[in-house]
Amino acid sequence: MTTTLAQDIGAPDAIGAAAPITKVSIIISKGSLEGIYPGLIMANGARMEGIEANVFFTFFGMDAINKARHEQIKVATVGNPGLHLATWLGGFPGISAMVTKQMAKSMEKLDIPPIPEFIEMIADSGGRLFACKASVEMFDLAKDDFIPQVEGIITVGEFYQMAAGGQIIFT
Amino acid sequence: MTPLAAVARTAEGFLERVEDWDPALAAEIAAESGVGELSPRHWLVIEYMRKTFIATGSAPTIRTLGKESGVAIKELYLLFPKGPAKLAAKIAGIPKPHGCI
Repeated sequence: MTTTLAQDIGAPDAIGAAAPITKVSIIISKGSLEGIYPGLIMANGARMEGIEANVFFTFFGMDAINKARHEQIKVATVGNPGLHLATWLGGFPGISAMVTKQMAKSMEKLDIPPIPEFIEMIADSGGRLFACKASVEMFDLAKDDFIPQVEGIITVGEFYQMAAGGQIIFT
Repeated sequence: MTPLAAVARTAEGFLERVEDWDPALAAEIAAESGVGELSPRHWLVIEYMRKTFIATGSAPTIRTLGKESGVAIKELYLLFPKGPAKLAAKIAGIPKPHGCI
């Protein structure tokens, strides 16, 4: 008997029948606004459903928890075809700041908090925050460079241990 | 039959009609969803949820709840560990919140 794709991936009526997700470990690896928000929304959304959430910041994603940088996260206006903006224009001084400001305005309308507040919210809701040891060493950072909600600087191995029994989401 | 069994509810246990709600139902839904006995802090959140829904037609986000209900986010998750927005909405007798935030 042949099965359809819908049967393979679980038809809509099967949703809810599968074992619910109880834990997610989310990796945030990019430092642009559009690179950081999706992971934060997934983490906050998990906590809203009562799902345990760990967030692991690596490479430029660490800017989101860097005290000196987390308030200056910008939309990437160069090399971002999704913006439908001419490449030469995207590189113009002030364009990234302008697009970021516009996006912040539409997010505020939807009650999506700015990145520093969002991360604090996730920590307050019981989400756990970690920085990647290899990246911290590479960028010559220390625990003091991060916001106090960051629980620790951990290795990839420790991350996998922590993620055991749950789902890993890479962003 | 308990009062709760007599009212129309969705498959997930949300009341079909906001006007069916009363505090006794709230206590019953809270017990059923594992929230346990409702404290004055729970009631602060529940009343804020109802008030906001009746005034605006939608449930408040967690962010708004944390800022305006009088109960901060940390405590919201202690009061409703399995998800404050959803559980408080259910206990407050308003529809399931549909936002991602």
